[in-house]
Amino acid sequence: MSLDRTDVDKIAHLARLQIEEQDTPEYAQNLSNILDLVDQMQAIDTTDVSPMAHPLDAVQRLRSDLITEENQRENLQSVAPAVENGLFLVPKVIE
Amino acid sequence: MFDKTLAELANGLKTGEFSSVELTQAYLKRIKAEDKKYNSFITVTEEQALQQAQAADQQIAAGSAGLFTGLPIAHKDIFCTKGVRTSCASKMLDNFISPYDATVVDKFNQAGAVTLGKTNMDEFAMGSSNESSFYGPSRNPWDTDRVPGGSSGGSAAAVSAQLAPAATGTDTGGSIRQPAALCGITGLKPTYGRVSRFGMIAFASSLDQGGPMTKTAEDAAMMLNVMAGFDKQDSTSVDREVPDYTAELDRPLNGLRIGLPKEFFVDDMDSAIAAQTQAAIKEFEKLGATVKEVSLPNTALSIPAYYIIAPAEASSNLSRFDGVRYGYRCENPVDLEDLYKRSRGEGFGTEVKRRIMVGAYALSEGFYDAYYNKAQQIRRLIRDDFAQVLNDVDVIMGPTTPHPAFQLGEKTSDPVAMYMEDIFTISLNLAGLPGMSVPCGTVNGLPTGLQIIGDYFAEQKLLNVAHQFQLATDWHTQSPQGI
Repeated sequence: MSLDRTDVDKIAHLARLQIEEQDTPEYAQNLSNILDLVDQMQAIDTTDVSPMAHPLDAVQRLRSDLITEENQRENLQSVAPAVENGLFLVPKVIE
Repeated sequence: MFDKTLAELANGLKTGEFSSVELTQAYLKRIKAEDKKYNSFITVTEEQALQQAQAADQQIAAGSAGLFTGLPIAHKDIFCTKGVRTSCASKMLDNFISPYDATVVDKFNQAGAVTLGKTNMDEFAMGSSNESSFYGPSRNPWDTDRVPGGSSGGSAAAVSAQLAPAATGTDTGGSIRQPAALCGITGLKPTYGRVSRFGMIAFASSLDQGGPMTKTAEDAAMMLNVMAGFDKQDSTSVDREVPDYTAELDRPLNGLRIGLPKEFFVDDMDSAIAAQTQAAIKEFEKLGATVKEVSLPNTALSIPAYYIIAPAEASSNLSRFDGVRYGYRCENPVDLEDLYKRSRGEGFGTEVKRRIMVGAYALSEGFYDAYYNKAQQIRRLIRDDFAQVLNDVDVIMGPTTPHPAFQLGEKTSDPVAMYMEDIFTISLNLAGLPGMSVPCGTVNGLPTGLQIIGDYFAEQKLLNVAHQFQLATDWHTQSPQGI
């Protein structure tokens, strides 16, 4: 599997990562090497093998629909880059 | 004092040989004097440590102390510590003062432990050498031109250099066992779900597991007694009774059945490491164990499967770092997309970005079946291999790593070469099984580890086996030159 610059740009956009243009070739090379490594999997026949999501095949625990958490808004927002009136501030998204 | 184990220090506190404040001050002074050489700590929490030590001394004086009261330890900087920077060794979290404690940290606080500080690691635990840290690499106390391993490299270096008697670590593909082996200490990765992941910054949620890094198996048992247990705040925590992990340490090993997987002795490994593993096995035979060759035929597939599953989960977990709620935010974003892209592009290091991109690619439209689904199928094959072997033997043994510690910079330009160093440790994370590394020799003055693998929730058995080995050998008592 060989990725080119366009592939790297597309993946970086999907992952919302800014990649500097001069770094793109190295990412393309390294990502291609990693995909070559993982392609070893394709040689194995896994027909009828069910995918394993959890080592102990556990399923999601359920609980009663009750409020168990205290409101910690101020505590948790204390580490936010920009807040106002309990809201997280971001650049304008609606004109 | 610095060569004492947790068990010995606990005894010293109990008999009044020294106070927790004296012990803590001694370690803080040593860290200040020595850690320039190793860069094993990112943050030293001097003030909090002394407060905790004073509280511990009061408890000891009042007769209300527990087994862990007053013992100093260090936490890997992946565990959230309230009021203290928790960086995960990333620029992204360089400014992050955690508003809450991880369950593991809370448990140690409740047990009366003293936190000396937060240890260095690979950024977001992604690495096998500690070189991807935003704060610079930690160095191996046995040879400071070499890596301590990773990702819990700072914890391993700190324990090895006697800057902390013990530390916490986390293991997603070998990140406790590999640095433990490379720094000549004892490390235990428990069964998936045994130790709470709440407040342990997530890398790959179906693989991550916290555990102890110590001088001895006995100390690891003491640590696990504090760390293990059900936590409703972690949705994959296992609700199962926690035994006393020190209770079975002294059980004789007569009749212990050991399996040696032929796939753990590969052509391109260091032949001295293979020889040392065999010598360790001979020790177990002297202790009454029987040994047979076994096969884990899908071992070689564990690296490819891991390098889909771990990056896929990482790309999802790390999407939370968006420059909005916490962590790094870029200067003057022109719009929301620019805010996301530049905050993440500038805040994450190269290896983290690489893995996020591999994960995003593997999960993108049209590739899911070929990559993620295939990897999860192979994961089941790997688990089934272990299940079959563990029907016939009590523990599986082999080398922890194929080579001793490598030079700083030796593998940084070739990620795939770095990934291959985890060949013996990764399959356990995929299967969810517990594993330990204990020192079993040296190669050219560098320590090497013996890996001991057991069935689900067999931590007591692993600790028993490791402890008996440490009673019969003295590899675990050896220190780097000058320490």
